[in-house]
Amino acid sequence: MSTAAAAVEAKNVSKIFGAGVGEVRALDNVSVTIRQNEFFTLLGPSGCGKTTLLRLIAGFEMPTEGSILLEGEEVAHLPPFKRPVNTVFQNYALFPHMSVAENIGFGLEMLGKPKTEVQQTVDAMLRLVRMEELKHRKTSQISGGQQQRVALARALAPRPKVLLLDEPLSALDYKLRKDMQLELKRMQHETGITFIFVTHDQEEALTMSDRIAVMSQGNILQIGSPDEIYERPADRFVADFIGETNFIEAEVIERIGEDGRIRLPSGVAVSHKLASNAGVGSRVTLAIRPERIDLVRADGETHLKGKVDNIVYFGTDTTFHVGLDSGQSVTVRVQNRRGHQEILQVGDVVGLTIAPEAMQILRD
Amino acid sequence: MAISGTQSQRGGTHVSAAEAAAAFERRETRTRWLLSAPALITLAVASIGPLLIVLVYSFLQKNPNGGVFWQFSTDAWFNVILQRDIFDDTLQFADAHLSIFWRSVKLSMGTTVLALIFGFPTAYFIATRPERTRELWLFLITIPFWTNLLIRTFAIQEVIRNEGIVNSLLLWVGIIDAPIQMMFTDFAIMMGMLYVFLPLMVLPLYASMEKLDFRLVEAGYDLYATRLQVLRRVIIPLVKPGIIAGSILVFIPSLGAYVTPRVLGGGKSLMLGNLIELQFGQGRNWPLGAALSMTLLCIVMVALLVYVRKTSRQGGAHG
Ligand SMILES: Nc1ncnc2c1ncn2[C@@H]1O[C@H](COP(=O)(O)OP(=O)(O)OP(=O)(O)O)[C@@H](O)[C@H]1O
Ligand SMILES: [Mg+2]
Repeated sequence: MSTAAAAVEAKNVSKIFGAGVGEVRALDNVSVTIRQNEFFTLLGPSGCGKTTLLRLIAGFEMPTEGSILLEGEEVAHLPPFKRPVNTVFQNYALFPHMSVAENIGFGLEMLGKPKTEVQQTVDAMLRLVRMEELKHRKTSQISGGQQQRVALARALAPRPKVLLLDEPLSALDYKLRKDMQLELKRMQHETGITFIFVTHDQEEALTMSDRIAVMSQGNILQIGSPDEIYERPADRFVADFIGETNFIEAEVIERIGEDGRIRLPSGVAVSHKLASNAGVGSRVTLAIRPERIDLVRADGETHLKGKVDNIVYFGTDTTFHVGLDSGQSVTVRVQNRRGHQEILQVGDVVGLTIAPEAMQILRD
Repeated sequence: MAISGTQSQRGGTHVSAAEAAAAFERRETRTRWLLSAPALITLAVASIGPLLIVLVYSFLQKNPNGGVFWQFSTDAWFNVILQRDIFDDTLQFADAHLSIFWRSVKLSMGTTVLALIFGFPTAYFIATRPERTRELWLFLITIPFWTNLLIRTFAIQEVIRNEGIVNSLLLWVGIIDAPIQMMFTDFAIMMGMLYVFLPLMVLPLYASMEKLDFRLVEAGYDLYATRLQVLRRVIIPLVKPGIIAGSILVFIPSLGAYVTPRVLGGGKSLMLGNLIELQFGQGRNWPLGAALSMTLLCIVMVALLVYVRKTSRQGGAHG
């Protein structure tokens, strides 16, 4: 059943809009392989090239350089209407002159499927997105969330190999967005179609994806599973973009093969695995998640020491901003199981301990 | 007891609230009338008044020296479609009138279709240009409007007459060896009217295409529609109001065109406009001219009715 070829492959793809001084490099030598039946997310800030990459895959734009492969085959010569790829557009782009059912059946009709088959599939799709009652409504007469579901059903109906979703949930309110996230996962599971999902919401990316590609300024910085991206961000941008991160400078003081020791700003030395290029005496940046830091008594064994500057209560957890001796501020998040906020006061001196595996050395 | 008391009280407040609402409604109505008074007066003076005069004239007796005798008569209306044989006094259809009616409708429809064929791609082209160049293209489209109609018509004549540009060119290249007779034909009239009225097709078409969301076109391609299918299933239904408006705007003035058939059709190919002019001029039959004018108006009204029906049905379906 599973074929060896990747669902989508981009090889050294660059896309340049305009020419001369007005030239915009929307994608810069991007390579990515998206597997069959994967829920793959493109995550990045506005203008980083997410939509451009989708449009190249759908065939609305041609790459300036490089090539796009669908199931192992170069598709440069295929216009959008010949690619087994459907898009859920950011603004839904439903046909206003057609009913919900006509919208959903449009793709199948264009493929020349017989009427009865179109009807059956449309009904099945309506059930899938739970919109049976609104079948005959005009698309201008349904709510935003319903339009979104129709757009989804319309793109799924022709059973594409790949479904492209361009920030489909961005226009929805929080509650509906949460529901739709679950529903999208369910549909991906039920249909077995490869989903390529675009978002700039890191939480959405983390909860929904099999793998995530983090993009910035036309480049893909890191590709990995949500926990890889979160726990082991490759560089400062990724660490900063996904979740909250403390960046702490450290110095390499010893190295034997891969193993080495680094000195934290407090002077405390810890053992740590090192990248090949980090020689003795070089400085490295550590990324440490706020929830991976423990608050301990200052007179015990600690990695860092500081004074509590600020305490913010969040309900499920509490965030402490701790000012180090070096002047840097470190954010520590503690789950509210024991009631730290009652024990610690602003101005108290505390110690911080960090598990070695929670100190992620960033690529420069 | 107490309950019935409350009920009657409640009924009382209800009535007074309704009265207040009615008074408000009356004030609103009066304000609305006052605000629309200028428009209504203009309409009465400039449109309904003259129309009434024409209508009255169509029911009067003709004065062979021009003008009318103030005497009721249905002769003019009778003469629109029927005529009495000069020799044996039998009733016949007024063939001349009917054929001119028919030609007018035919040529106007032809012009409308041609305008649509040429106007649609033009409007699409302009609507898909970058924002800044669109204004330039629109400006170019409207340039002919700035020139006098007569001059434009004579320019067309210069192009298509026997010694004109087209024929000279074809002769010189050797495609033909005698000039093609284009002047004084229905073709010439349609060419002339197409040239004159094309902007009236392009502008409303452009207006509705500019509002077209081209992401819907992309959605069409995405869902396996070929270019032709996107045109038929997505673009045309969405710009239909523009198509209808443009067609009406071309059809109506074509039906009443006067200068173009006169110059390009010569004396041979008359249209309704020329026929009416003839009655007020050489024909000295003002009532007939008035009746013909009213007939033209009726044809136009029917066309408009169809238009209103179509667009309102579409609007109802949308909203
Ligand atoms: N047709 C175009 N012409 C010129 N520049 C373009 C065009 N399309 C995109 N760009 C530029 O390419 C860059 C990437 O755009 P893209 O739409 O891919 O961003 P995005 O990641 O989807 O952003 P967002 O999250 O805001 O949707 C931007 O700088 C944008 O201005
Ligand atoms: Mg985008």
